[in-house]
Amino acid sequence: MGTSLGFHIVFAVLGVGMPLLMSAAEGLALWRHDEAWMVLARRWSKAFGILFAVGAVSGTVLSFELGLLWPRFMAFSGGIFGLPFSAEGFAFFLEAIFLGLYLYGWNRLSPIKHWLTSIPIAVSGAASSVFVVMTNAWMNTPAGFRLGPDGQLAQVDPLGAALNPSTATEDPHMLVSAYVVTGFVVAAVYAAGLLRGRNDIFHRRGLAAGMVMAAVAIVLAGITGDSSARFIYEAQPAKFAAMEGIYRTQRGAPITLGGIPSDAQHRVLYGIEIPKALSFLATFDPNAEVRGLDTYPPGDRPNPVLVHLSFDGMVGLGLFIGFLAAVFWLIAIRRRSLPTGRWLLLGLVAAGPASVLAMESGWFVTEFGRQPWIVYGIMRTSEAATTAPALGPAFALFLVIYAGLAIATARLLLMLAARNRKAAY
Amino acid sequence: MSTAEVIAGILWLALTAYAVLAGADFGGGVWDLFATGPRAAEQRSAVAEAMGPVWEANHVWLIFMITGLLTAFPVTFGVLALALYIPFTIALVGIVLRGASFAFRAHGADAVGPASPWGVIFGVASVVTPFFLGTAAAAVASGAIRAPGGHLASGFFDGWTTPLAVVIGLFALSICAYLAATYLMVENEDRPALLTDFRRRAMAAALVSGFLALLAVAISFADGSRLLQSLTGRGLPLFVLALLNGPLALWAVWRSRPRIARVAVIGQVVLVLWAWAVGQWPYLIPPDLTISATAAPAATLTGMLVVTTVGGLLLLPSLWLLFRVFKARNPQARA
Repeated sequence: MGTSLGFHIVFAVLGVGMPLLMSAAEGLALWRHDEAWMVLARRWSKAFGILFAVGAVSGTVLSFELGLLWPRFMAFSGGIFGLPFSAEGFAFFLEAIFLGLYLYGWNRLSPIKHWLTSIPIAVSGAASSVFVVMTNAWMNTPAGFRLGPDGQLAQVDPLGAALNPSTATEDPHMLVSAYVVTGFVVAAVYAAGLLRGRNDIFHRRGLAAGMVMAAVAIVLAGITGDSSARFIYEAQPAKFAAMEGIYRTQRGAPITLGGIPSDAQHRVLYGIEIPKALSFLATFDPNAEVRGLDTYPPGDRPNPVLVHLSFDGMVGLGLFIGFLAAVFWLIAIRRRSLPTGRWLLLGLVAAGPASVLAMESGWFVTEFGRQPWIVYGIMRTSEAATTAPALGPAFALFLVIYAGLAIATARLLLMLAARNRKAAY
Repeated sequence: MSTAEVIAGILWLALTAYAVLAGADFGGGVWDLFATGPRAAEQRSAVAEAMGPVWEANHVWLIFMITGLLTAFPVTFGVLALALYIPFTIALVGIVLRGASFAFRAHGADAVGPASPWGVIFGVASVVTPFFLGTAAAAVASGAIRAPGGHLASGFFDGWTTPLAVVIGLFALSICAYLAATYLMVENEDRPALLTDFRRRAMAAALVSGFLALLAVAISFADGSRLLQSLTGRGLPLFVLALLNGPLALWAVWRSRPRIARVAVIGQVVLVLWAWAVGQWPYLIPPDLTISATAAPAATLTGMLVVTTVGGLLLLPSLWLLFRVFKARNPQARA
């Protein structure tokens, strides 16, 4: 399940971000009568056609696995948080319909109408993300129902479940992260081309378009991430403690950068401590109290090593790519031309995978940070797991298929790019 | 009718849409795999041309069904996923490979060339998927999945490994091929040679699927399967209509009337599915799980009805636009 999710999400975020880039490029082409933007939009749409298909089919596996791997979880929660799931189904439907029109409609629709079909793709792509993350937010802060005395569901309020407390912070953070990843991945592709001496208008514009999206989105990711972390301090103190490696409940808690939390010594080893910073960031009061992991019974604690390192990984990578974006645009504005320095381009090539890694780390934080609960405080992951036999072989099978598809997709995209270059000269 | 029944009806409509639309896409893959004769390449490109713009939207009916079932009937969803874990996993592998290989070929055609192994994978996956979905349907219809109180009591091989299930799986496969062949007849009305090719294929598929359908009825009769009770009980009128409609479809194909044939074959699929649905009403999974007993709380159902209405108002015009642009009769506008 985690593997499917980790695989699917890379395609899913590109499904959110790419349509916006395509729509912008085609819009610019029409507005300025500029053929080069149109060429970019067409190239992106070909690549996106492949990415979307792989994302769509891997998403089907995911929705089915929910029922297969977590039957009791779904039987319990399906009725509560199913609403955003259904809405996501419709959003995805619209995205697929308009993508069909967009990909195959170049010669059948007038240029303006064709451009118009890109807008529902971008909107419903974003809506899918918003709806589906609502269900994850609900797992973090379950709301919109009551439990009867016998543990049965009572007074279900699906709207309350969809708009649970985490939705306000988790949803925006994931949405902008999708744009972060798309922007940096696109920029990385063109930075790599520029490094190989392919300094043409398509590479320069592709890089610029990716970096505009990346720069705007990374700032928003920082802001939404900060509010998300502060919300977790309030709502999920165990996750917060694990993120920061806080064992003892304390006032004036420090931030520990890096290091390995040690259950035996009740502190983070080999990390760099910044005194009182955590209390301050969480509440703006340097002496505020932060609840420690030790206050939870051992069976109720998430794994602090995994969560702390994932969290620091996400923040560290986020800062790294944010710094690169800042340098890029500072140079660009000062020189009034795109920077093509070797080191900066190398950095941007690295920023593509780094942004993916940052996003995956973020999911590690939220998922492993919630353990041992699948629905925080309500249902344990162990209670929800399946009794289906032979999951091992099925798991291995999907792993092989995903690996094969990832390689095939990458190879095909490279071949498409090579053909584009031939056509351009 | 209760809200739960309305939603069950909507989900069954979605299943029907999936069968009629995506079923034909699988059938297209079958004809891709068995493209023969001097026009094999043209046959393949006719399939790709017909599927290209619409197959992803057609696929979403399945996702819509999964999320809808999960929301409105979580217990049924859980039991189905577990009991049919093996055929569903195989079908999913097929769905993944079919979709990916089609996209690889369609959007990377000039890069990978026509003779890539993805073509074969596309064809084989298109054969495997409807077969296993058919066996899964047979398991439900024959009442082999037992889940008293919502807890699965039957085994992981029950229902979908019987001779009846194999026949129904093959029937599902052949009817997909039948659908595709008649759609391709309509879309190639202006290309006489291709029209002849697909007419011949439609005839073959019609005869095979008709034979398998009668065989399935015979087997159900022999072992007293629940399926027969459904079809001769409440589902009888629709079942009789299906028996009458079958020869009509065959006649239209024989006389090379593509448009009548298309309507008749769609009618056949609709009649079979609804004869089954009406026959086993009010059960979702006979003999243990009914619509009302496995429905989600009332507030969820109402919410889902609202989402479906709003979503439907956006969805239906969009679908209409998609099919109007790509499926309206304007052969000269072929890209």
